[in-house]
Amino acid sequence: MTEAVLYDAAGPRGRRRILLGSIAGVVGVAAVVGVAVARLAAKGSFDAELWRVLTEGAVQRLIGRGLVATLRAAVVAMVLAMAVGAVLAVGRLSRRAWLARAAGAWVELFRGLPLLLLIFFLFLALPAVGITISVFWALVAGLTLYNGAVIGEIFRAGILSLPMGQTEAAYAIGLRRGQTLRLILIPQGVRRMLPALISQLVTLLKDTSLGFVIGYAELLRNGRTAVEFLGGRYSIPIYTAIAVVYIAVNASLSLLARWLDRRTRRRFGQTVQASVADEAA
Amino acid sequence: MDAVLDNLGAYREGFVTTLELSVLSSALALVLGTLLAAMRVSPVPTLRAAGATYVELVRNTPLTVVFFFVVFVLPQLDILLPYFAFAVIALTVYHAAFFCEAVRSGINAVGVGQAEAARSIGLTFGQSLRLVVLPQAFRTVIPPLINVVIALIKNSSIAAAFGVVELTATGTRLANANGDAVIAILAGVAVCYLVLTLPSGWLAGRLERRVAVAR
Repeated sequence: MTEAVLYDAAGPRGRRRILLGSIAGVVGVAAVVGVAVARLAAKGSFDAELWRVLTEGAVQRLIGRGLVATLRAAVVAMVLAMAVGAVLAVGRLSRRAWLARAAGAWVELFRGLPLLLLIFFLFLALPAVGITISVFWALVAGLTLYNGAVIGEIFRAGILSLPMGQTEAAYAIGLRRGQTLRLILIPQGVRRMLPALISQLVTLLKDTSLGFVIGYAELLRNGRTAVEFLGGRYSIPIYTAIAVVYIAVNASLSLLARWLDRRTRRRFGQTVQASVADEAA
Repeated sequence: MDAVLDNLGAYREGFVTTLELSVLSSALALVLGTLLAAMRVSPVPTLRAAGATYVELVRNTPLTVVFFFVVFVLPQLDILLPYFAFAVIALTVYHAAFFCEAVRSGINAVGVGQAEAARSIGLTFGQSLRLVVLPQAFRTVIPPLINVVIALIKNSSIAAAFGVVELTATGTRLANANGDAVIAILAGVAVCYLVLTLPSGWLAGRLERRVAVAR
């Protein structure tokens, strides 16, 4: 950790400067926010009546149903993606070169494509060859293809992070390669990759919002429906509520991941770190 | 296949738009992200808190929701811009948080001794960050930065749902117009994305291995 040594604790003069600077900064930000608020208020965006819409049963039910649909898609996709990821990880770790290469190519392909394109592919191309697919399954299948590849890499990193001695010891007592993987490596690897897996679940949950594009009635789509029904004036309260719901769910998952990460590192040493880029996509 | 060849012009336009969107947003987000990272390691508690709050809020919000706020709420403030500019704003706001985290992890990867040495010869916080830590951090941080750019290129496809005719939007338009060649047309779009993402990914992987050996 380099951060901690970059500066000394501020003295009395430094503290005063920081205080004055902070006040100036807060005033500056407050001025910008104030102008925005004033403009919105002039249009009546802060009328209590607009925000009271959030207390209405119908709107709450719509948002609640949206959240349930979002969670349902996320959970189904997560389970399927973990299954796909496990197959891909075992495939890439295989000693059969063709299998390792095929799994590697699969991972590169699906990690290299935008998730939205995958969803469109399933949604538009499958009906073209005569397979009908519901919006739910188009979304879930797209999420599974993309996240399966990412989770496969997390699994692989978890297993590769274990010391060689574990494999060597397993071979020394006469276990076969499959047994080594099943009995020795996977049980230890799972612990190390659990935090990364949870952060990927956050990413997946965020990505369910793409269901909005193909018309799956999840959280965001239902918010849009509410705004279309009530009128554009209600967009700020409704979208703010939607954002708060997403942030609340995801931030609690992120906290869980961070807590697990600390706990695992304390007890079992290293963990697999989720890559920043995977969190972004 | 004919449907793809007949529409090469549309593909090129979509490809160029995706490229413009990605390059512009990456540049802006990198600047904002580095600034945020500097805030997050600074001696001023207010700046640290502001940076941390920004990152925490953005990384837990779906990019689609960020787009919603930019596209539907900014016009309420009388800020009316073309869809392309809105998309650049949304992509910049979202990815700055991830550039920030990548840069910050790079700062933390620089040996503690470097910062200690910089401080002990009397460099101030700004000087040690600018002259000693960041130049070294950027080297280790280039592979993760490239990976965030790749994520940004892929995420730019979401702009398709908000009025920007980039690659994905071109693909769905062509697919709707040529119902008999949907698969070929979307496969063409996929190839365009892979041309951008795969080589960058390999580059990032190679650089990562080289930096790893150097340490």
